[in-house]
Amino acid sequence: MTFFSNIWRNEKSREIIVQIIVLFFLGWFISWLVMNVNANFEALGKDISFEFLFIPAGYDINQYLIDYNNRDSHLRAGIVGLLNTGLVAFFGIILATVLGIALGIIRLSKNWLASKIAYWYVEFTRNVPILLHILLWHGIIINTLPHPRKAISLGEVTFLSNRGFYIPKPLTETGIELVYLFFVIAIIFSILFAKYCKRKQDLTGIQYPVFWINASVICFLPLIAFFISGMPVSLEIPALKGFNFRGGMHMSPELAALTFALGIYTAAFIAEIVRAGILAIDKGQREAAESIGLKPSKVMNLVILPQARRVIIPPLTSQYLNLTKNSSLAIAIGYMDLVATLGGISLNQTGREMETMLIVMLIYLSVSLSISALMNWYNSKVKLVGR
Amino acid sequence: MSEKTYKPGNYPDLPPPPGTVGVYGWIRQNLFSSISNSLLTIISVVLLYYLIDGIIGWFFLDAVFDADSKIACRKIDDGACWAVITRRVGQFVYGFYPEAERWRIDITFLTMFVAFAPLLYPDIPKRKWLLYFSLFYPFFAFVLIMGGYFGLQKIEYSLFGGFMLTVILGVCGIVCSLPLGILLALGRQSNLTVVRTLSVCFIEFMRGVPLITLLFVASSMLNYFLPPGTNFSILVRVIIMFTFFSAAYIAEVIRGGIQAIPKGQYEAADALGMNYWQKTRFITLPQALKISIPGIVNTFIGLYKDTTLVVVIGLLDPLGIGRAALADTKWNGLSTETYLFVALFFFVSCFAMSRYSLWLENKLNTDKK
Repeated sequence: MTFFSNIWRNEKSREIIVQIIVLFFLGWFISWLVMNVNANFEALGKDISFEFLFIPAGYDINQYLIDYNNRDSHLRAGIVGLLNTGLVAFFGIILATVLGIALGIIRLSKNWLASKIAYWYVEFTRNVPILLHILLWHGIIINTLPHPRKAISLGEVTFLSNRGFYIPKPLTETGIELVYLFFVIAIIFSILFAKYCKRKQDLTGIQYPVFWINASVICFLPLIAFFISGMPVSLEIPALKGFNFRGGMHMSPELAALTFALGIYTAAFIAEIVRAGILAIDKGQREAAESIGLKPSKVMNLVILPQARRVIIPPLTSQYLNLTKNSSLAIAIGYMDLVATLGGISLNQTGREMETMLIVMLIYLSVSLSISALMNWYNSKVKLVGR
Repeated sequence: MSEKTYKPGNYPDLPPPPGTVGVYGWIRQNLFSSISNSLLTIISVVLLYYLIDGIIGWFFLDAVFDADSKIACRKIDDGACWAVITRRVGQFVYGFYPEAERWRIDITFLTMFVAFAPLLYPDIPKRKWLLYFSLFYPFFAFVLIMGGYFGLQKIEYSLFGGFMLTVILGVCGIVCSLPLGILLALGRQSNLTVVRTLSVCFIEFMRGVPLITLLFVASSMLNYFLPPGTNFSILVRVIIMFTFFSAAYIAEVIRGGIQAIPKGQYEAADALGMNYWQKTRFITLPQALKISIPGIVNTFIGLYKDTTLVVVIGLLDPLGIGRAALADTKWNGLSTETYLFVALFFFVSCFAMSRYSLWLENKLNTDKK
């Protein structure tokens, strides 16, 4: 008896025993699950196989970034869905970032009224489920915008209707290469110029308006090239033909609703993150910067923002991830993203729940894990060195 | 005019300069302190004017509160057609719960506040007795809602719906996920490699996949993992998934709290000779939970909002009821009214939760006053 009680009283050996017990139960649990799956699959006459990925999908997808028709395989349908997820996440992230940063700054402004408006925007938006946002925007586009024939026209080039938005499509002609070339030259020039100015400032203390010079070079150099080469870009303006518009770029109601909803919803969270990040900077930092005579813009750019960035970026990234995961709700309004194609129609047609859901989950999981690994690396890089 | 003379030190305070006090001063300082600020104020006022004008007109003045169909609504006025809500308000609240039995839901809902009061407000009088009721409440609520005992009519899960379903899913998820989240957070900080690895895998998996895929698993695949012939209600399966999902997020929040505790606290506990469980119970958790209250409540709000996703797997939460109403040709196209109504419900309950968290945070904030 004393032998066992000695083992149990020794911390090291007790830890090992506990872990062995946990492992044993884990193994038992997993084998129990596997046995159940086997028994259930045998009863239903099913098996696990990924061959279905290569048979024709047989369904249409109304929006695709790569060529797709219903004779293509389930695998290709899944890739089309994945790209659609990426597309809506991309637009949503841009909208959310711009709106969120603006709102976060307005929330901190000295203007009482503007700050209150931003506050109530944030409260109203983030306290309503994202699915509701999506359905609401979809409903507004489908039910309150007019039929294409009576579409709301913005300057006769962009049209808003209940079949989606129609935007002019830029068509490039020969000579566009010159514009691209000048753009690249402008970028290279501004990088070199910024480096030169930095060195000059370090040596002499003289400051140049680097930002404005670079911004105007990047804007005007391609513009000059554009006029020299005889304006090689024309716009294909959407035109009403019969019941619908032809030409131009088409943004489907689903994509538009999803972009608005995800962008507007996530913007509320981003606004709070930006605000908290700026408030997290010690008041003394601002006061010290002001007392050595820095201009307000310099106080912000050189003192507050570099420190706030460290606080803001990790939660900002997790909001981007949330936005991407939330885009899976697209299935509620029929936007064909990854969950709606591979995890929706392909699942129903082939009856392979296990395989399709496994693929869908693994894709989302690998995206999240790789981004959080990136964030851990960033965190350890910018971490304040403490004791 | 005689000039008064004062002794040194007795000179009365001068009045503050005009323009810095009173309504005028406040307006000048907060709305028109600079040119850009004035511009922002004017833009805000114009924006607010159009917004409020439009909202009041559409919501109330031009709105129709009772009519037989959308067309009938439009004949009366061109604002919102709230008839789609008022005609189906029972369904929005209770789903398809039999009308004669709805009092059971009302009682469960009202007593819920009594059961939660001692947990939410530590200063409440007679707290000890109320806590006994809180312990007993889950059984009470289960019997009352489900029926089948004491002569109460048994109600099928499939009849549940509306806001009642939201509250059931939300409350069950919240109550179950907190203990699991605490365990996972402790597991992640544990010295035992196996326990730590398991916790990390569980947490990262749950946080890495969208909730909707988990709900699909619950609705279509969970039965494969159980012994053949097992079949339990979709409602329970969904609650389990919600619990797992939000426990993973809560675990991360609490881990942040645990890591924020100064090292000296553990060293002091070790010096006193406390064992692991004593340390956890008296040192780690009280401090960690206090720090992580805002994060925990945010996760709860998230879970509560996420209950709307059950509409995708066919449960009739308020969104499901709303979509069913919109599918009716009589109410076709009234999506804005329907969804705004549901949105208002969520706004009120989530806003109340976040206010409560602020209140509790201030109350527990003992270090800086």
